[in-house]
Amino acid sequence: MDIHEYQAKELLARYQIHIPRGGLAYSPEQAAYRAREIGGDRWVVKAQIHSGARGKAGGIKLCSSDHEIVEAADSMLGRTLVTHQTGPQGKLVNRLYVEEAMDIAREIYIGFVLDRKSERIMIVASSSGGMEIEEIAETEPDSIIRATVDPGVGMQDFQAREIAFGLGIDNALIGRATQTLLGCYRAFVDYDASMLEINPLVVTRRGDLVALDAKMSFDENALFRRPHISEMRDKSQEDPRETYASDRGLSYVGLDGNIGCIINGAGLAMATMDMIKIAGGEPANFLDIGGGASPDRVAKSFRAVLHDRQVETILVNIFAGINRCDWVAEGVIKALREVGVPVPLVVRLSGTNMEAGRRILAESGENIIVAETLAEAADKAVAAWRAFTAGKAA
Amino acid sequence: MSILLDKNTRVIVQGFTGKIGSFHAEDMKRYGTNVVGGVTPGKGGQTHLGMAVFNTVKGAVQETGADASIVFVPPPFAADSIMEAADAGIRLCVCITDGIPSQDMIRVKRYMRRYRYEDRMTLIGPNCAGMITPGEALMGIMPGSIYLPGRIGIVGRSGTLGYEAASQMKALGIGVSTSVGIGGDPVNGSSFKDMLELFEKDPDTDAVLMIGEIGGPQEAEAALWARDNMKKPLIAYIAGLSAPKGRRMGHAGAIISAFGESAQEKVEILKSAGVTIVPTPSSFGETVAEVLSAMTKAA
Repeated sequence: MDIHEYQAKELLARYQIHIPRGGLAYSPEQAAYRAREIGGDRWVVKAQIHSGARGKAGGIKLCSSDHEIVEAADSMLGRTLVTHQTGPQGKLVNRLYVEEAMDIAREIYIGFVLDRKSERIMIVASSSGGMEIEEIAETEPDSIIRATVDPGVGMQDFQAREIAFGLGIDNALIGRATQTLLGCYRAFVDYDASMLEINPLVVTRRGDLVALDAKMSFDENALFRRPHISEMRDKSQEDPRETYASDRGLSYVGLDGNIGCIINGAGLAMATMDMIKIAGGEPANFLDIGGGASPDRVAKSFRAVLHDRQVETILVNIFAGINRCDWVAEGVIKALREVGVPVPLVVRLSGTNMEAGRRILAESGENIIVAETLAEAADKAVAAWRAFTAGKAA
Repeated sequence: MSILLDKNTRVIVQGFTGKIGSFHAEDMKRYGTNVVGGVTPGKGGQTHLGMAVFNTVKGAVQETGADASIVFVPPPFAADSIMEAADAGIRLCVCITDGIPSQDMIRVKRYMRRYRYEDRMTLIGPNCAGMITPGEALMGIMPGSIYLPGRIGIVGRSGTLGYEAASQMKALGIGVSTSVGIGGDPVNGSSFKDMLELFEKDPDTDAVLMIGEIGGPQEAEAALWARDNMKKPLIAYIAGLSAPKGRRMGHAGAIISAFGESAQEKVEILKSAGVTIVPTPSSFGETVAEVLSAMTKAA
């Protein structure tokens, strides 16, 4: 789960990380008022969306008057920003963060991730801040410092010091840098983060170390013990198809194709999507219906898949392990009658009692295309989709 | 015959008296698994499904001589249950639970390292379907009927995709020595490489099918190990060809977040390490059959 920049900064400030003075605004008037509260003569108006690279998309503007702030806020609020991280649909701006502008002497990158190789929290730092880490890895790979933390004892002062000296930070600021790194680590652990990035962390001309931008993501499996983080969820930043499905307890990821998928098991779901692609089609979504595949969940899944108006064919692929295909088939028919599916439907059942399941589908009188193998299911789904779109065009 | 699990393995169930634990305890017993009891704190002394319930894993081990445990404990408490098993001297622990926080798993892995390598528990999962040695024992939630006893080892992250592979093999009369689901989480107990090492040493396994997916370094690590150390043929499939970068595809670990983690990149790494690639998820059976017939010709 992602949160906004201002939320991450609020969290980090509690761990003694310095952040610029700033405030939230939902309207141009509020933005101007915030600037007056903060004082000074230069401010930055920043669109709050769940994406980096906002500057190039017009989501960050430096202002030096009330008038400029109102104009900047007006140009951002209600607009959809498209960055190379958001995808072509972009993200809606409905809140702004107004901050005092900083006098920047140099920019540093620091990030904390769960490193899957060492199975530890890893700190990644670079003296070439301001660019994305992928870019740093490409252009300045030697500037990157990495360290992992022993989970038995946590991050040690010496590790933070080594990184700070490695970044070439002045002696006078080493203490501050050490505190910043240790604070980030504690915040990461305390809130079950999966990613924390301060980019850039700036050395100001006045000799302070300030988080100019901050990004945090959290482990969804740990949200049960982090209600404070759950409260920060902003549904306006999510794909509406995914919000609809996740509100109904389904594991769903929206994609760009036209063939909707309802499958049990994440691996089989990915494999079925691959098969659709190999057969010449494009999947509209990933959907793992889970172990049960009860009639109720099947009906919910049909609704979630059809919530996407791009869907022009649905492929159901269930491998019945614990449950039985005849039972799943009855669930599919029940759901079909309840929901009403206006597009071609291909169903492939496999596993326990599959013959009985296929028979129930064939004898239901419903317009269901039955497939036996995974390849056949994908081929039939792509053929049905082609026929359906040809019919629509004609 | 098998790795890790056979009909003599003495299994206890953690989260024994819950609905899911009870269902699968009976199912495993029916398959022939030597289930000797279970643990539910606070219910020690009771009898459940005709077997003794214990308050602690240590108690269960003392009384039953159990050497393996399967965990059906809910996510907030599952990491604790795994560590309890490790401390009680359990040798093989299979954790089915889906949804354990990553930082809990980091702690579990660190905790397990306090035991000497020879004494260390083998953890399979979490977030997996478990493991089966067909015809002998089942420690998991998979349908036993789709596995034919035989000489191919299977190791995969996903449950149902593993079923798909096993049933394609069964349709061609190809059997399985042991099938292990290592689970879909980013931090898991045993890696692909760990299982390949065991299969390579197992006299009853002739070749191994590895079913990987997007995300993480484990498939590449396994491929490099196999290139340098494995004499038995390795066949592999990577799911997630159509998965976009940065999106989590159901499994907590199925996300492309770094270079080398996409399906295409992993397939390239595997190919260059000499691994036979299953071209589509509909051709698990055929590909394994081809490799087997090439082995017979060579012999």
